[in-house]
Amino acid sequence: MMAFIHHFTKTYLMWNEGPMIWTSDVLILLTSIGILAALTYFKKWKWLWTEWLTTVDHKKIGIMYLIAALLMMFRGGTDAELLRTQLIQPGMKLLTAEHYDQIFTTHGTIMILFMAMPFIFALFNIAVPLQIGARDVAYPYLNAISLWLFFFAAMLFNISFVFGGSPDAGWVSYPPLSELGFDPGVGENYYLLALQITGIGSIATGINFIVTILKMRAPGMTLMRMPLFTWATLSASIIIIFAFPALTVALALLLLDRTIGTHFFTIAHGGDPMMFINLFWIWGHPEVYIVILPSFGVFSEVVATFAKKRIFGYTSMVVSLMLIVIISFFVWGHHFFTMGTGANVNAFFAFATMLIAIPTGVKVFNWLFTMYRGRIRLALPMLWTIAFVPTFAIGGATGVMLAVAPADYQYHNSYFLIAHFHQVLIGGTVFGLIAGMYYWWPKMFGFKLDERLGRWAFWFFNIGFYICFMPQYALGLMGMQRRMFTYPANMGWNTLNLISTIGAYLMGIGFLFIVLQIAYSIRYGERDLTGDPWDGRTLEWSLPSPAPHYNFAVIPTVESRDAWWEMKKQNRTDEWKVKEDEIEPILMPKSSGRPFMFGVAFFVFGFGMVFHWFIIALVGILVVFGILAHRAFEYDDEYVIPVDEIKHVEVGLGRL
Amino acid sequence: MSVAQEHIHGHGDIEAHHEEHQKIKMFGFWLFVSTDMILFACLFATYLVLRNHTDGGPTPQQIFDVPGFTEETFLLLTSSFTGGLATLASRNGKKNQVVGWLIVTILLGLGFVGLELKEFLADIHMGATAQRSGFLSAFYTLVATHGCHVSMGILWLSATAYQVYKRGINAVTARKIFIVNLYWHFLDVVWVLIFTVVYLSGVTLP
Repeated sequence: MMAFIHHFTKTYLMWNEGPMIWTSDVLILLTSIGILAALTYFKKWKWLWTEWLTTVDHKKIGIMYLIAALLMMFRGGTDAELLRTQLIQPGMKLLTAEHYDQIFTTHGTIMILFMAMPFIFALFNIAVPLQIGARDVAYPYLNAISLWLFFFAAMLFNISFVFGGSPDAGWVSYPPLSELGFDPGVGENYYLLALQITGIGSIATGINFIVTILKMRAPGMTLMRMPLFTWATLSASIIIIFAFPALTVALALLLLDRTIGTHFFTIAHGGDPMMFINLFWIWGHPEVYIVILPSFGVFSEVVATFAKKRIFGYTSMVVSLMLIVIISFFVWGHHFFTMGTGANVNAFFAFATMLIAIPTGVKVFNWLFTMYRGRIRLALPMLWTIAFVPTFAIGGATGVMLAVAPADYQYHNSYFLIAHFHQVLIGGTVFGLIAGMYYWWPKMFGFKLDERLGRWAFWFFNIGFYICFMPQYALGLMGMQRRMFTYPANMGWNTLNLISTIGAYLMGIGFLFIVLQIAYSIRYGERDLTGDPWDGRTLEWSLPSPAPHYNFAVIPTVESRDAWWEMKKQNRTDEWKVKEDEIEPILMPKSSGRPFMFGVAFFVFGFGMVFHWFIIALVGILVVFGILAHRAFEYDDEYVIPVDEIKHVEVGLGRL
Repeated sequence: MSVAQEHIHGHGDIEAHHEEHQKIKMFGFWLFVSTDMILFACLFATYLVLRNHTDGGPTPQQIFDVPGFTEETFLLLTSSFTGGLATLASRNGKKNQVVGWLIVTILLGLGFVGLELKEFLADIHMGATAQRSGFLSAFYTLVATHGCHVSMGILWLSATAYQVYKRGINAVTARKIFIVNLYWHFLDVVWVLIFTVVYLSGVTLP
């Protein structure tokens, strides 16, 4: 018995790894007990199940994505602080090489797949159906499935830290390093299974939003009258459905190599590791456009709203988005110019990479021209948008430097690259996501986030960002390579690393201010009673905040771009007021507990596969099939909201 | 007819909403098929990269059995035709014909899967396992992924046939018949590519 406990704690709980694991165990245990106790004490279990876990309402699904994204930002951010603390001076002993490897792997994976992806899905869900005048997405049940696949994949990925060991082959997980021979633990399996599961959910979300946008728009809303955030969502969704299958294949083949001993990416027996790298980046580069285009969409909405001007060059914005969609599939090779495929191949990818900077540049100029002579209000969303412009411009310029294939041999995998992609992913994606969160927060919750605390967050985060990443460009040019867990004192890197780490701490403080801001505003935030706190331009601002669960009692007829703004300008907003005789019964999708159970079942399947406990995996996958079959025989998945109930709700909202 | 539909029976708008629903579901399925096509494209690319990486083990010429894969092709292509006849019958409102043709399609599909398993077992018996070389890993994965899709399709066809048998032909079951056949035809197209890119070039090209 003792021998078994000893084996279990050593192999699975990793108690021989020291105080960091022990602390995590205790914290996770306490948090879990705290959540369970709070739910029981406040008698919230039923509320949690009926209102949230079983919902298929896009607004609630969006909120759950947002909460998960912020939690994952905390996890990924903590990883980043640990990495930077280890590098604060030469020869630091905070982390061992193994721990450092694990932490940079989880940092990258979480930030891209479990922070940026759910964050964009949060904004898709919150804004798009309201912007196009729809009552939900095309497939609400599938939408809930996507959410729970993401959520349980994120849980699967995160428990690796305290159960069995984290992945440690980098977020790109290149073979042969990630093959069984070099990486025998279960960490890599966690990575492969968790990404596979969340990837299925992402593909489903992509399909869902393409269909929603193309098929469910309000009458009169032609494609060229759609808000630009909706266009950005459409573009990102198109990239999702064509890029993610490549990731599915890359992960599946590597899993086969590790699980049944095939030879796709091994060195022996005719495998080809470079094939994984190609497949990975055929998904991976489009992926960065997947996470940046929604931010571009946010900036377009925010700039027009807070400059009180029609967006400059709407058509060129749409064309640029679509060009980015196409070109994004032809640049993947720039991630490995040093692979040795020859000058012609490198020239092609270098050229495509420079080409994609053009539509991106067009968009930046359009935002600037929109601001030009606008009546700019520096509210929080606008503040982050303005900060985005120079940050992204520098990131873009260093990107073009990296795109010069011969020069890239110098920059490759150095801190110059690290600084570049953090600059575009933070300065572009994260700034946009935070701006979007501030912008649509009142629509989600009915109150604004506090401006004053938000400004503290903004300045800490922005100044911290520059202090953190500017030195890293220099470090890269001085020869510091990525993924080094320590460095000797005589390289001349000491001061710059110290400065960079201070910047990372300032960014951390900025994040804490956002947390504080949210906590403070729940209680004291300015309530939004009009539904239109920013003097907005698009349909979502014609609804009360938060919107009733059927969104539009009567679907409005759209006559122009910026439809709500035009109605306000022409003093015709009364025409969109609900009239008693126009109300008709509304058909809405029913809630279901199965999407949640579907996620649980995939979690069980993934967990079994990680440890090669195939009986457990089999149970999980059988439940998955059972739920699919149950759905196939379901005919009664909608219900009717009668006219009286709609009237009751609208009267309660003061709109009838 | 569901409770919700009865409740609003006779209401033109919501009836139209239901019709629209079926169209929306079909469009989404076309998109799903396109993602699946990318998935197969990646597997084909992997196969083409690894096809000569035999590591001194069995080569395509040694393991590909011409009569075997010809029979498989014959069964699957015929099943696509009978599946099409089921869709046609559903357009004409002939319930029994739909069920009948779906059953024929299922039987042909089962025959295909059976022949494929026989082929795999024979190959494995002569030492050509997926663990032997990069070429064989890629071969089995590509062809078996298609085989798994076909097996899923058989389950799905069966569920659809049962629903048509129980509920007759209405807007929902007609959509289901259309979609499952769309999937089935897609698998046919993938097989034609496997037939040419894997098997035919395998036995003819060096």
